[in-house]
Amino acid sequence: MQKATIQTEPLTCPSCVQKIENATKSLDGVDKESVKVLFNSSKVKFDFDPAKVSLEDVVKAITALGYEVVKSQAKD
Amino acid sequence: MQRFILGKKNQIVLVSAILIVIGFVSALAFKNELVANWAFGIASVIGAAPIAIQAFQALKVKVISIDLLVTIAVIGAFLIKNLEESAIVTFLFLFGAYLEQRTLNKTRSAIKELTEMAPESALKQMENGEFVEVEVDDVDVGDILLVKTGARVPVDGTVLVGEGFINEASITGESVPVSKEVDSGVYAGTILDNGTLQIVANRVGEDTTFGKIIELVEEAQDSKSEAERFIDRFAKYYTPAVLVMAFIVWLFSRDVELAITILVLGCPGALVIGVPVSNVAGIGNGARHGVLLKGSEIINDFSKVDAIIFDKTGTLTIGNPQVAENVYYTDGDDETLSYLASVENESDHPLANAIVEYIGTAKMYPVENTEVIKGGGIVAQVDGHKVAVGNIALMEKENIPLNDQAMADIERMEQNGNSLVLTAVDGELKTLMGIRDQIRPGVKEDLQRLKKLGVKNLVVLSGDNQGTVDLVARELGLTEAHGHMLPEDKASYIKKLQDEGQIVAFVGDGVNDSPSLALAQIGIAMGGGTDVAIETSDVVLMNSDFSRLPHALGLCKATARNMHQNIVIAVGVVLALLSFVFFTDWMNMSIGMLVHEGSILVVILNGMRLLRYRLKY
Repeated sequence: MQKATIQTEPLTCPSCVQKIENATKSLDGVDKESVKVLFNSSKVKFDFDPAKVSLEDVVKAITALGYEVVKSQAKD
Repeated sequence: MQRFILGKKNQIVLVSAILIVIGFVSALAFKNELVANWAFGIASVIGAAPIAIQAFQALKVKVISIDLLVTIAVIGAFLIKNLEESAIVTFLFLFGAYLEQRTLNKTRSAIKELTEMAPESALKQMENGEFVEVEVDDVDVGDILLVKTGARVPVDGTVLVGEGFINEASITGESVPVSKEVDSGVYAGTILDNGTLQIVANRVGEDTTFGKIIELVEEAQDSKSEAERFIDRFAKYYTPAVLVMAFIVWLFSRDVELAITILVLGCPGALVIGVPVSNVAGIGNGARHGVLLKGSEIINDFSKVDAIIFDKTGTLTIGNPQVAENVYYTDGDDETLSYLASVENESDHPLANAIVEYIGTAKMYPVENTEVIKGGGIVAQVDGHKVAVGNIALMEKENIPLNDQAMADIERMEQNGNSLVLTAVDGELKTLMGIRDQIRPGVKEDLQRLKKLGVKNLVVLSGDNQGTVDLVARELGLTEAHGHMLPEDKASYIKKLQDEGQIVAFVGDGVNDSPSLALAQIGIAMGGGTDVAIETSDVVLMNSDFSRLPHALGLCKATARNMHQNIVIAVGVVLALLSFVFFTDWMNMSIGMLVHEGSILVVILNGMRLLRYRLKY
């Protein structure tokens, strides 16, 4: 299990959090319970299993929603 | 393609605005319906494009968002050939979002300032001994780094070579530079005012004290209180409910205009943004003033606090006690002072330190068989004699007789607010020392301010004797004072108040009073920027500055009030809009959207007021 932190462009719309949360949780390999979207600091934090899903996959899912990802990192 | 459109939202707003103006001018001034309709039509389409894309993407992840409601409304308007409305609605929605972005960024700026102080690069020593600039993320524990004058210390570490002065304001709030030399500890985020240092990295990245503070503030911003979690759940079901309601209204009235207006008016935008905005502004203000509030729940609890309980030594007092009086009971005082110094030298207790300081240089004897009696003192063997040092309880336990003179002195000194230390050698009372700890300057005024802010009970609990505690209470205007309290007693006292339904805050030493800090709804540790204080406190006073306490309380009350105001505005506006649409004629989509976006901005601007909050003295 790795811990990931993704920094997006500043989030301003009320439904942003819901969308990103759902998109992230829907990926197999992401620990649903650990997903936290920080509206005010525009960060997404979650735990994931690198064997099932990669950080890139999550970044792609978030970008596909229309949110630019500024920085992403994962560590054990 | 989608990304492209979403990226051009700002331009779309501008073009849309121009087209709408062209539309109105054509229709009203030139009576040219055709041009007007085309203008409105194009504006509607380019405006609706990004909104529709967002709505679709939300649907893909099973979220019914406000974008969807607006998209359906716009399509509806198109179908009933109300192009002017659809153009205005999309314009207002996009423009509103743009304004929200600007103002929200401003609100979050206080905290951004904090994160921007984080160092990005470091000078790391490589195998060949040279220092190379690397990203601060590439520094590991154990690396040797060079810090030059004017630079920010990149990690928490210890000085290996060199000396200098560091401005630790970003951690402790103290702007007076602190001198550093070999073996001194340095913090990430602080600035080396002058000098040059080579340091070894002890903690990097998120583990540095600075990193922890940032993480704390970021988590606090988004921590949700009961009320907020409720609002979030509410919004999740409410938005689809509006869709359903609009559909039902359409079914029964066949009035498309009415139905789509409801879609637009029902959006809960202001409600969802309202409370987090107050939260961010409140926490941001706190961070700027040296107070870290660990979240929305804490802010709410502290704003309703009934009783604040203070530890005495080190919190209300400076924590640097000094021997005020010394009475001898036998003549020719021999080795007593030396024995006393030897025994007290082994202890870290503030009273012991005061005594050692008072006695000064003395012949030290080896101390054996030391027995520490909790709440009493120390009994040990020195130079073949049995020495007992402690309070009256200890003297009684050791059966040391206290004559009338001694009892009179004891009573007198207690009345004067002294902590008493009695020394007996071989069963005979030798000396009585009165030790006083000065009250911190300014505490009296700060406590008055707390009372003015509405705190009903100000209580001091201490391990010291009742006389000292009573004196402090009298001088500071406290409601209650209890002495002879062991840490467990303090915790029980807190529990008693809580059982009565009171909300309790506890201000004390992060190390000794952990049970009390944990038990109280609001724990405030006076350890400044130390790890212990940060970990255990709910409200962190950055440099142990007691005077920040009234500001912290005032800020929490103001923030809680602000949140309520925002909730009232948000709900009020939606209710007003919905009743207008049902009971009057003039409410239409455009006006509805205008008011809706307006309410969101009002709520954000109201939140921003908190950034400028200051306690009025």
